[in-house]
Amino acid sequence: MSAFDDAGADLELRQITKTFPGFTAIEQLDLTIPAGSFFALLGPSGCGKTTTLRLVAGLEEPTTGRVLIGGRDVTATKPHERPVNTVFQSYALFPHMTVQGNVEFGLRRRGVKDAGARALEALKLVQLDHLAARRPSQLSGGQQQRVALARAIVNRPALLLLDEPLGALDLKLRREMQLELKAIQAEVGLTFLHVTHDQEEAMTMADTVAVMNRGRIEQMGSPQELYELPRTLFVANFLGQSNLLTGDVVATSGANTVVEVGGVRLSIPTARMQRTSGAVTVGVRPEKLLLLTEEPKAKRGVNLLGPARVTDVSFTGVSTQYQVEFPENSALPGMSVFAQNLVFGAVVNPGAEVWLSWSVDHGFGLADAAEPGSSFAAAEADDTSVAVAAGES
Amino acid sequence: MAFGAFAGGPAADPGIGAAQRKSRVVLLLLLPGVIYLALTYVAPLISLVLTSLQSPSPTFDIGSYVYAFNIGNYATAISEYAPVLGRSFLFALTATVLTLVIGYPLAYFIGVTLRRFPLLQSLALVLVIAPFFISFLLRTLAWKQIFSDEGPVVSFLQALAILPHDAHVTGTPFMVIFGLTYNFLPFTVLPMYTSLERLDLRYLEAAGDLYASRWSSFWRVTFPLSLPGVVSGTLLTFIPATGDYINASPSFLGGLDTAMVGNVIEQNFLVLQNYPVAAAMSIVLMVAILIPVAVYVSLTKTEELL
Repeated sequence: MSAFDDAGADLELRQITKTFPGFTAIEQLDLTIPAGSFFALLGPSGCGKTTTLRLVAGLEEPTTGRVLIGGRDVTATKPHERPVNTVFQSYALFPHMTVQGNVEFGLRRRGVKDAGARALEALKLVQLDHLAARRPSQLSGGQQQRVALARAIVNRPALLLLDEPLGALDLKLRREMQLELKAIQAEVGLTFLHVTHDQEEAMTMADTVAVMNRGRIEQMGSPQELYELPRTLFVANFLGQSNLLTGDVVATSGANTVVEVGGVRLSIPTARMQRTSGAVTVGVRPEKLLLLTEEPKAKRGVNLLGPARVTDVSFTGVSTQYQVEFPENSALPGMSVFAQNLVFGAVVNPGAEVWLSWSVDHGFGLADAAEPGSSFAAAEADDTSVAVAAGES
Repeated sequence: MAFGAFAGGPAADPGIGAAQRKSRVVLLLLLPGVIYLALTYVAPLISLVLTSLQSPSPTFDIGSYVYAFNIGNYATAISEYAPVLGRSFLFALTATVLTLVIGYPLAYFIGVTLRRFPLLQSLALVLVIAPFFISFLLRTLAWKQIFSDEGPVVSFLQALAILPHDAHVTGTPFMVIFGLTYNFLPFTVLPMYTSLERLDLRYLEAAGDLYASRWSSFWRVTFPLSLPGVVSGTLLTFIPATGDYINASPSFLGGLDTAMVGNVIEQNFLVLQNYPVAAAMSIVLMVAILIPVAVYVSLTKTEELL
């Protein structure tokens, strides 16, 4: 236990199920996180991501399944016997100890000789060595977060768990900490498992993101892959925004599949579709859409929808977001378009007649059909409160 | 301190008149308390100090004294009753340690283990306080009955030949310490419960995550965080137990050789009518308690409690 792998270790979850009285938090989860990677578990509250993290830390026991760290089965071991450290959402810095005392805590429990010097080194890494003698209560939120990070990484765990560690920070500080955390991960080379509900945070920091929903992993891959080619409705909506259209597959021409939506034929690359028969939901990201004020000529390789009417224009700084509706085709849902602000002012005003076009290559087809009016953000149990309640059992 | 915070309000405040009015209101609100303390605490204390310096009246009437500066009362009190003072501290300290050893696990059980069962937690707390619903004198006398020479406990132990046939339990130091421990246990448990009930269990998770075993987590995290409760609980037991005179009284659990300071003061006041020595003894007791308490509080770094 004393000789931790400096390069981090693989984490493997095999067929994990965790049930609490009344509900199942995790169902049949299989997950392998390779050593040295920055892995994010992304999902709404109640999706089971915090429970997964607590299972890895040893703070919860799986109902069934095994947890392996670096190939070693640790399912039956206590938290203090695992080569894992956690940066808690609440930081959980010991209030009766100094910053230095907090950072030394893990080293001292393991009987490391130069605990003091190593703790100071870790504090230097997070640029807080000058506050070593302070109490946690005398630090700001961002500083406390960095102490919590130093307290964990000083132990050189095979696996570092981050439980929404930036949740309590304001936006600007959160951005800074995201970059800092990523730099530290690159520097120390440990395996990071980061749990968050903030899709932007997950995409900015992690090299692999797993989107979790209702105790299952919906899709896993690089941030770009998840964003450009979402496979399920949940991922398409949770990770960024999507314009989704439901129609029937009518033909396959070459590399593309033709889907008819409200009488309009749209081409989608067959390779980017999860299903290629029957009723399917296809989508395109709002920033891939082009807003045109005149009807263009039909072209190969471009999908065209229109005429549409602009119902709302909102300026967000880097881009302008347009909401459009199709008054002449009730089968088409409202769509949004993000246009980069290359010129001053909006290109069109509400009420204007427009056409939407996008490159066929940008479309995607989902595995599940959209239910009309379905909302992925349905209120679910807050997973942190569940986890704390269960932690006392 | 709260007073200072109000009175020394922000000087640059444009509503300085309002601040002054506010501080006047605060003073007015404090007045009843200040008057109450002056009448019931400061005045009797001055009276006690004056009494402790009195000399016997020249007419030598028993119980009649005149104001003087008779330090001799203190010499008498200390020289004559030093062993009693020592015994008081020993008994009170033993009882305090016992209440801590018995009370801490109890407080932990109610405050931490029963947290998931609020109903049971409330019930357990009621049980801790329940003895207060019966007179303290009655309960102490009941213990005297239970441990009396013909009572169930002694008879049983004699039947098992654990105690010799002529043994007594009442009137022994054991019985006095038992009584003190029993009577003061709730005073130790309640403050410790309050501290432990507020203990954030996430600190324990963090300790476990940082390689601390359960034992190590307890001593390095749980116990230090509950220290304010431990200090106030033990003080609430130790201070009154040192001056207690019911448990050690021969009418209750004590005997002739178990007298504590309280018994001596009572005797001097009510029986011997030696008010100056009784008063001197009270002051000696007060000082003798204050010194170790101050050391204790500063050692445990819980000054903010006082």
